[in-house]
This record gives sequence, structure tokens and C-alpha cells, in this order.
Amino acid sequence: MTATSASDTHVAARASDVWKVYGSGEAQVIALRGVTADFERGRFTAIMGPSGSGKSTLMHCLAGLDAVTRGQVFIGGTQVTGLGDAGLTKLRRDKVGFIFQQFNLLPTLTAQENILLPLSIAGRKADQAWFDTVIETVGLRDRLGHRPSQLSGGQQQRVACARALVARPEVIFADEPTGNLDSRSGAEVLGFLKRSVREYGQTIVMVTHDPVAASYADRVVFLADGQIVSELLDPTPEAVLDTMKRLDVLTVGVAE
Amino acid sequence: MLRATLKSLLARKLRLVLSGLAVVLGVMFVSGAFVLTDTLGRSFDAVFSSAYSQTDVGVAAKPKIEMSEMEGEEVQAPFPASVLDEVRSVPGVAKATGTVAADGAQVIGSNGKVLTSFGPPQIGQAWTGEDGLTELREGRGPTADNEIAVNVTVADAAKIKVGDQVRVQTLEPAKPFTLVGIFGYSGGRDSLGGVQEVAFTEKAAQQLLVGETGVYTGITVKADSGVSHTKLRDEIATKLGTGYEVKTGQQLSDEASDSLKEGLAFFNNILLGFAGVALFVGIFLILNTFSIIVAQRTRELALMRAVGASRGQMIGSVLVEAIVIGLLASVLGLGAGVGVGALLAYAFGSLGGGLQMASVGIPLAAVISAFVVGLFVTVIAAVLPALRASRIPPVAAMQDVATPDRPLTKITVAGAVVGAIGGALLGLGLSGNAGDSTLWTILAGVLVTFIGVALLTPLISKPVVALLGRLFSWSVPGKLGRLNSGRNPRRTAITAAALMVGIALVTGVTVILDSAKSSFTSLAENTIDAELVISGTQTGPRPPSFDPAVLDQAAKLPGVQETAGIYWDRAVINGENDGVTAISDVAALTDIYHAKATAGTISSLGDDQMLVDADTAKDKGLSVGQSLTVQTTRGDAKTYTLSGIYEASELYGGFVLPVAAAKDFAVPKPTQAYLKLAPGTTVAQVQPQVEALLANSPEVSVADRATFIDQQTSSLDGVLQMIQILLALAILIAVLGIVNTLALSVLERTRELGLLRAIGLRRAQTMRMVTVEAVVISMFGAILGVVVGSGLGASVVRALKDQGIDDLVLPWAQMGLFVGVAAIVGVVAAVLPAIRAARLDVLRAIAHE
Repeated sequence: MTATSASDTHVAARASDVWKVYGSGEAQVIALRGVTADFERGRFTAIMGPSGSGKSTLMHCLAGLDAVTRGQVFIGGTQVTGLGDAGLTKLRRDKVGFIFQQFNLLPTLTAQENILLPLSIAGRKADQAWFDTVIETVGLRDRLGHRPSQLSGGQQQRVACARALVARPEVIFADEPTGNLDSRSGAEVLGFLKRSVREYGQTIVMVTHDPVAASYADRVVFLADGQIVSELLDPTPEAVLDTMKRLDVLTVGVAE
Repeated sequence: MLRATLKSLLARKLRLVLSGLAVVLGVMFVSGAFVLTDTLGRSFDAVFSSAYSQTDVGVAAKPKIEMSEMEGEEVQAPFPASVLDEVRSVPGVAKATGTVAADGAQVIGSNGKVLTSFGPPQIGQAWTGEDGLTELREGRGPTADNEIAVNVTVADAAKIKVGDQVRVQTLEPAKPFTLVGIFGYSGGRDSLGGVQEVAFTEKAAQQLLVGETGVYTGITVKADSGVSHTKLRDEIATKLGTGYEVKTGQQLSDEASDSLKEGLAFFNNILLGFAGVALFVGIFLILNTFSIIVAQRTRELALMRAVGASRGQMIGSVLVEAIVIGLLASVLGLGAGVGVGALLAYAFGSLGGGLQMASVGIPLAAVISAFVVGLFVTVIAAVLPALRASRIPPVAAMQDVATPDRPLTKITVAGAVVGAIGGALLGLGLSGNAGDSTLWTILAGVLVTFIGVALLTPLISKPVVALLGRLFSWSVPGKLGRLNSGRNPRRTAITAAALMVGIALVTGVTVILDSAKSSFTSLAENTIDAELVISGTQTGPRPPSFDPAVLDQAAKLPGVQETAGIYWDRAVINGENDGVTAISDVAALTDIYHAKATAGTISSLGDDQMLVDADTAKDKGLSVGQSLTVQTTRGDAKTYTLSGIYEASELYGGFVLPVAAAKDFAVPKPTQAYLKLAPGTTVAQVQPQVEALLANSPEVSVADRATFIDQQTSSLDGVLQMIQILLALAILIAVLGIVNTLALSVLERTRELGLLRAIGLRRAQTMRMVTVEAVVISMFGAILGVVVGSGLGASVVRALKDQGIDDLVLPWAQMGLFVGVAAIVGVVAAVLPAIRAARLDVLRAIAHE
């Protein structure tokens, strides 16, 4: 397995028969049931599914934030499963970027310092040209000296996007990045994510329940009941919504 | 509402324990003080009622000099033996026994050292045979003048047994005696409250303890059965007339016990001082904890408001938490206090040479004070946070909680005003214009100044913390830690202020003591023109002394140019209580102290002449040629003519009597002596010879001037040690405060920590970040403490200029040490919160609300 994934240079992240089980006995909940998926380099993939389908769990497992019960996860050439805390920290530092629903900026740092934080933690210098490109892309040039409390929600999330982009990670994982934004700010943020994939070849994996957000992706993977049940390439909002409706019926059917 | 409050209280056990601990400590010291004094008090009661159990009525002559507890011990005046016959002739007297007893019979142990006592007197007395109280354990009572009996305590401490030759020093230098008996007391007791007793024959006792034969110092009267003690007392008093004190045994026992209990107040005050520091610092801690809790629960509290809770209920809910903590802390503190009190009482008893302890009791005062103090402190500290909780608008429940940085204007103005009041109080106290309440005014000034500085701290913290943080900013975790310590100036400030109090106290005292030391040293070097000094360390109520013959022998040693032995006593001079000295060679006043005459002559002194310093002369309106009546401790009053007035130095002043008068001093032996060597003679040549002369005076030793100055100033080190214990306590509590603040901050920033870990901060880096925050806070507190303490110390030193403290010495090394210790304290305090921060589960931390 390791050999194959290492050679598959077009794959940025891979889940291979991933199971995730919470609790035991009566209280046992199976969040993921043998998920296998490849996330290609330079593509924008959305993971969708109803509440409780396991989409966030899958993302957390892919990002090394959560341990899997069975199966393997790879980021680039690195096997994530089996890494200790130090290894996971290094992985997050060097290969993974995050965008969270609640922005998660450090209130004590300015926008610029927040953006450069992952690099300074790793003790790396920012590539000035790339930094300027990122700042231009997210349009924060005149806000760099502000602290998070002086920025709007949309601006804060753009800072978070820039923070993820500036380190040029193997994959950026975005967890409902537009969940806390109004539709206009949301559209702006999704616009940058799409541009960073198109123009700079960034790999992004985004979890969302919003069909409009999902339609910005190149590919949508649908999860229900811990399994991948469907997939759409070059989705439109309507196609996504249709698939979701079918899944709802399916899920309700399973539950009954 | 109450249930909700109690539930939220239970949910935060640990941090409430941390903040409550300071109150527990404070209450512990308060109730410990009460338990200690109560237990010791009852023990002393038992001792004295037993000591006077054989006395129905006691007769003594009025002391020649009446003194307060502060001035020293009164010495019973002797009266002629004929008084005994007068007492015996009073109807109703069954038996009257003349007694001779005085403090100051010191046995020299088998190791050649004088038996010392830390408190209980060393009584020498005439043997009056066994009675219901005194019981011979071994041998017999003394029958010849060179025989003694001692009580078991003395025999044990001096390691002597019947048949030994034992040296005893009294008014006279040490003399050998044969130990013929060892006695104890009824009930199998070895001593009465640790008192050391040596019994001589009546004649020997009179000679050695009073200095004249045919006299008694007291009469013990047994009444005929059926005769009222008070009535008999009044009849004896009428018979003897004025000049005698006649009291019942009950009265004597009560008075003795009361005067000892007054002495206990000293221990009480030390414990209460500890309690005060603990509680004062504890207030900061509780205030901070409640503030943070209220800030963290803003949403929850706003929700309660939104669903209809009134402002009063909000205040109530916080105060109820405070009351519960206060109650718990009081109960725990009381329990610990009983333990500490009992322990100290036990230690006191065994140190004092076997005081029989009464059972440990819990006086009502201890219980009441424990609860009053515990509740008062906690509730006071919780009032501000409670008010803040009540001001949270219901709409805050709906908003994302962003507690804006409130402006520091108000708190700064308040701090400036409070600080100014504190400064003014200090100034008033130090200027000496506050009269009797000087000490209290100074204490209040220090306290109010601390509060003022604490209020100003948030403002000061901004630049100082930023500057301090630069030390650590070279790494990313360091920089994050620095920013964290600066993000909530109020919280940082209060946490640091708690540390400030302890460090300021100890710095202030160190400044004062070091300045005093340095001033004394330079003064002594400049004013004492003698190469060798004979002196000893005073441990009991009587100063160490030595055989006056040593002075004459030393004067005859080759190389010794001049000797001056100093005698000291209290006296009544023209009706006023004062101290007097006598110098074996009055010329020394000029030669060794370089005193200058301002009137009359001071280089010689006739047997009926005396000297006084210029300041005292001015105060009392004395001039050369005037006659003064002087009554020393023993002997009769005598009239002297003032023959000279000299300019006083800080080291020598007051009335000077001719050396002939010293025979009537309480200690008719020199307590100090200065030896001036002839030019060309070295200390090393003379010192061993003087040491040989002092072989029979084990209480004192001879030292060169530098060593002597060291010995004199070393007594200050004891004070410093006491203060350092206080510091340790205050630091301990401040550490709790830092731990508390950090733990709460870590909790508050769970999501941030999760994020930092998610983007690649290692565990070790996380710990470093938290540690830097702690170190910055604690170093800030220490620097603040050092600065405030130096300021307080310097102002006291300035105020003491008149007392001869004119060197201001700042203990730089110690101050550096304090800041260094504070940095270590910060690291220690950060351990638990840092581990907690590092162990956070990344995923859960990010999802944390």
C-alpha cells in the first residue's frame, strides 16, 4: 500500500478502507464504514452528506486530527495512520493547512502575524513573492496590521484562508468555511479557494452541507451512513441538491 | 437559582480549591493564634496556682523601682528579718516562713557553659525544706553555705548529679558548691513551667542573691484553719503599714499568670501578622478567580438574565458561591489552626523546659474569628465580580462574546487616589505625628499603598510586560506567551500584585535592616576607639556579665593602655524612671568614645558626682552643680551632684554614675568592656591573654572590633529570617494565584490552543508558551515588589534619620535574587497548566465553544 501511494504522485490524500468506531457495546456508533477515496492533487474536492453521515469525521481522519479505528490514511507520500503526536504535529506543520468554520484566529496577533503563524512556528521564512500573491488574491493588503477583533467575519475568514495558503501545504482541509458567513462573503471566500486551485495548483478538500458551496468544487463526494454513496464531477448547485434529496430518502429508508 | 449556583460551583472544584487555599491558610493562622494562647494560658494558670498552693498570704516589700513589662523585671526589695516576727504576731497566722528568692542564679553545666533560659526565670532561693509542693527526689537540702540543691530541670540540663562540684554564678562571680540534693514538685513534676531553681542555705542565699545578710525578700503565711485569707491579708497589711505588698495566694497566682500572658501577645502578633499577609494576598486571588469565572460565564449569566433573573439574583448567585467557599475555607482553616496551635504550644512547652501542657481546647474566640475572617475576606473579594456579573446585559447571550478591553482610566485614577492616601498615611506615621497610633498608621499606610499600587498595576503592566516579554520573544512560543500575558492587563496585574505584596514586604524590611546595619557599622567604626571588646549574647531577661576583677587584671596586661567596663541598671532619678550606666574608668568616655564636655568636667568623677548627656540635660532642664536623687535597683537612694555634661553620640548617652554605685545595680557586674591597646601592640598579642582571664566568665567572650560589630548586627539577621518565612508564605499563595490564573486562561483559550496545535505547534512549544506567560507575570510582580519595597524601605530609613540610620543601602543582590526566584516561581507555577495545555485533544479543542 505504501509503495503504491508513494508512486501515485497525482494523489494528494488517500483514504483506504477507513473505519471509525466510537464507543463500544450498546453505545457503539460506526461513523465510517470502510471508506476508500483518493483526493487528486491540484483539485478542489467537496465532501457532502446529511448530518451524521460521517463527512466531518472523514475529514478529521484524513487530516490526522482524529485516529482511525481501521484502515490507512496517506497525505502525499506519508502514511498518517500510526504516527505519534510528534509525527502528526510535523505533518500538520509541513503538509496540511486548515480553514475552520469559526475562523480561529489568535486575537493577540495582527492579520499578517496570523497569516505567517504556521511558518513562524515551523521556523520557516515566507516566500515574499508568494506571500504578496496570496495577499492580493484574498484582497487584505490594507488590513494586514489589524487585529481579528477589528475585522469583519468575511475578512477574518479570508485571513484564515491566507494562513492556510501561505505555507503551500500538500492539502488544505476546510471545514464548513462559509458556515458562519453571509452569502456574499461566503461567495468571496469560495472564489479564492477555487482560484488557488485553478491558478496555483493547490489541493483543497472541503466539507460542507451547502449545495451552492459544493458547486465551486471540481468534484463532490457524497457520504451517507459512513459510506461513499455517490460522486459528481463538475457539479452545479441543482445537481448537488438533487443528489442530496435522493440521499435523504435513502437515509430515511435505511433508518426505517 | 441556588441549585444552579451550587452546581456551577461543583463544576469548578479545582480552581475554587486553589483560590480558597489562601483563605484556609489565613484562617489557620488566626485560629492557631487563639488556640495557642488559650492552651498556654491555661497551662500557666495551672503552674501558678500550684506554685502558690502553699501560700495563703504572701508578703513582699515594694520594689525600689517599679517597672512595666517592657522595661524589665522588677526586683523585690529585701526587708529586715524582724518583719517576720511582726507577721507572726498577727492573730490567725498559723505559720510564717521568711523566704529569699531572686532571679539570676545561673548554674554552670558540666560542659563549662552557663545554663541559659529562653524565658522562664533562673531562680536562686533559700532552702525552706519540703512542703506540700516541693519534694526531694534525691539527697537532702543544703545545710552548709557551700552546698546547694537544684530542681530536676536544672540537674538534667546541666548534666550534674548529687555529689558533683557545681559552679553557680549569682550577684557574685561563679563559685563552686557541692550538689547535695535534687528536688521536684508534687504530682511528679520536674519543674514549674520550666523555671530553673537553685536552693542555697538561707545565709548563702542572702549573701549571693540579695547582697546583704539578715534580710528576706518575702514571707509565706499559712493561715489558721477557718481564718479568711482576705481578712488575714488586710490585718497583716495594716500591721506592716505602707512599703509592703500583702496579697493572698490567689491574687499572686492570678497576677503572675496575667503578666506572662501579656508576654504571649508577642507570639500572637506574629501569627496574626502571618494571617494578615495570607488573607490580604488571598483577597487578590479570590477577586481574580471570580472575575475570570464571571467573564467566562458571560453567556450563561446573560442567558439567566434573558430568562428573567434579576440583577439582585445575579449578585446573589456570585455571593452565594463566595459564602460557600468562605465557609469551607473557614472550617478547614479552623481545623488546621487547632493543629498548628497545638503543635506550637507543644513546641513552646518543650523549648521552655517542660511546661506541663493543659489539654488543647478550642476557644470560642477561635471559632468565631475563623468564620468571621474567612467569610468576610471571601465575600469582600467577590463583591466586585458580583457587581460585574449583574451588569451583563441579557443581549450578551445572543452575541458572540467579545469582552472589549475596558478602558483603564477609572481604575488608574482610583489607584492614584488610593496610592496618595496610602502615601499620606505613611508620611503621617513616619513623621511621628500620629502619637500612640504610629504603628497602626504606618501599617494602614502600607496596606493602602499596596492597594493603590495594585490598582495602578494594569496601567504599569502594559509597558513593563511588553519590555519583559522582549526577553522571550526570540521564539514563536515565547512571543505568543508574551502576547498572552499582555492581553488582559487587569488579570495579569492582580496576579502579579499578589506576588508584589510579599516581595515588597521583604524588600522593604531588608532595605531598613541593611541600612541600619551599615549605619551602625560605620558609626561603631567611627566612634569606638578600642581594639578589643568583651561582650556576650543576651538570651534571657538578664544581660550577660562577667567578674569585675577581670577589668583590673586586663588593665595590668602588657600592651593594654586603657580598659572601660560598662555597668547598666534602671533607676529612679528625681522621681523619673530612666536608665543609668557606670564606667569603671570614666576617662574612657573621652578616650574611647571621644565624648566632649559641653559643661563642667567629664574626665573624672567623684563618688558623689554624676554626668549626663547634653540632650537629656536639655530635655530635663538640668545644669552642672544640680543635685539629683538616684534610686538604683538595690540599696538606698543616694544624692549625686551633676558635675559634667557631655555631647551624646548614638552609641553612648544618658546618665553616668561613678563605678562605686554599681554595687547596688540589679547586676552588679560589668556587662561589656572596651580595651584600648598601646600603640604598637597587636590584637593577636593581647586577645589570648584576655581570653584566659575570662575563663571563669563563660557568658562573655572577647572579640576584635570588627567581630564585635558583626555580633551586634547579627541580631538583625533573626528578624530577617522571620520576614523570610513570611515571604515564603506570601510567595506560596502568589504561586497558587499564578497557577489559578494560568489554568483559567488555558481553559479560556482552549480553542486557540487547538488551532495552534492544528497548525503545527509542538507539545513542547505549547508548554513553553504557557511557561513564558507565567514567568513574565511573576517577574513583573517581583520587579513591582522590589520597586515598591525599596520605596517603602527608603521612606522608613529617611524617617529614622534622627535615630542614627543615615546610610540608605539597597540590597541589589537580594533584589536580583527575588526577581530570579520569581522567574523560577513562574516556571513552577506553569507546570500544571502547561501540561494541561499540551495534552489538549486538538479536535475537541477546536470544536470547544
